[in-house]
Amino acid sequence: MEITSVIGQVQAYSVLAAGLLISFAALGTAIGFGLLGGKFLEGVARQPELGPMLMVRMFIVAGLVDAFAAISIVMGLLLFFAENSFLRNALLAAKTSAGA
Amino acid sequence: MSADNAITSGQYIAHHLEHLTLNLKTFAIGDTSGGFWTLNLDTLLVSIIIGILVMTTLRIAAKRMTEIPGKLQNVAEILIGYVDNTVHEIFHHKNTFIPALALTIFVWVFAMNAMDLLPVDLLPRVLGHFGVPYFKSVPTADPNATFALSISVFLLIIFFNIRVKKLGFLKEMLTFPFGPYLFPINFIFRVIEECVKPISLALRLFGNMFAGELIFILIAILSWKIQWAPGAIWSIFHILIITLQAFLFMMLTIIYLGMAHESH
Repeated sequence: MEITSVIGQVQAYSVLAAGLLISFAALGTAIGFGLLGGKFLEGVARQPELGPMLMVRMFIVAGLVDAFAAISIVMGLLLFFAENSFLRNALLAAKTSAGA
Repeated sequence: MSADNAITSGQYIAHHLEHLTLNLKTFAIGDTSGGFWTLNLDTLLVSIIIGILVMTTLRIAAKRMTEIPGKLQNVAEILIGYVDNTVHEIFHHKNTFIPALALTIFVWVFAMNAMDLLPVDLLPRVLGHFGVPYFKSVPTADPNATFALSISVFLLIIFFNIRVKKLGFLKEMLTFPFGPYLFPINFIFRVIEECVKPISLALRLFGNMFAGELIFILIAILSWKIQWAPGAIWSIFHILIITLQAFLFMMLTIIYLGMAHESH
């Protein structure tokens, strides 16, 4: 009975961690892209002839913005869909203690 | 996926995240117990083959230069002209090495990233018939490859710093930005600033490519009836990402090397 509660606990914390990983990464990039796009539109409205140049620069910064968020989101997705390594460790420990 | 129904989706993902390794202590393939002394054969092979392919293609284009350019020569000229322009916009010193480096990085990283657009099961399945247990076909989704690239760039930064500024490099490290009396703080700041460069360069490329690959794997888990829709959307979006990341890697390399040439 004890092991089920431990498994439940590990799973609950993993779900929380995955949710936080995905949501905060999304939040951060959303704010970043919002600022970026807004400033880009402001710049183009002020000087429309600079549009193409600013667009290239905007994409460069966009690439800088979403890079580390991508890692975080994927870690969250891994926790959701792939084998949960924390759970595997807990199960291994349970197995060895049961065997001993 | 239909043949894989026997394994769970978790095992499917885990199988796709495993490298084909070579243990340098025992020379056993598929043995991950070697720790540091392990080669990721798939990353090495794919990146070297792609490098040779790209190099020979550009070499052929250069050899067969004609007055009226053909298709291959046109593509090569557009590429070289574009990279050359980008370098000269940012980097204002006379140097023939850096445009060549920028072109190499851009084309090579782009081609390695483009391996992501192959179906995730294609290479592993084909090679599986020849008895290869694991195969990851995207070299840049392996942090070892991206760190190899970025550490090379880091060494070049140090090399150019010393070659351009000679002893001025040491002076700059000790006296900028807070003046000579706070030299320990200046030194620590500079060391951190330099060390962050290769790490962020490598992790940015790795993160994007790893994320892209994993989402392709997650799409491959879906039922075959609907997987074309998210697969198509993500592939089209991914064409933008792979170009952007290759371009960013090149761009930041030029910027960092340009900073190494400028003295304060």
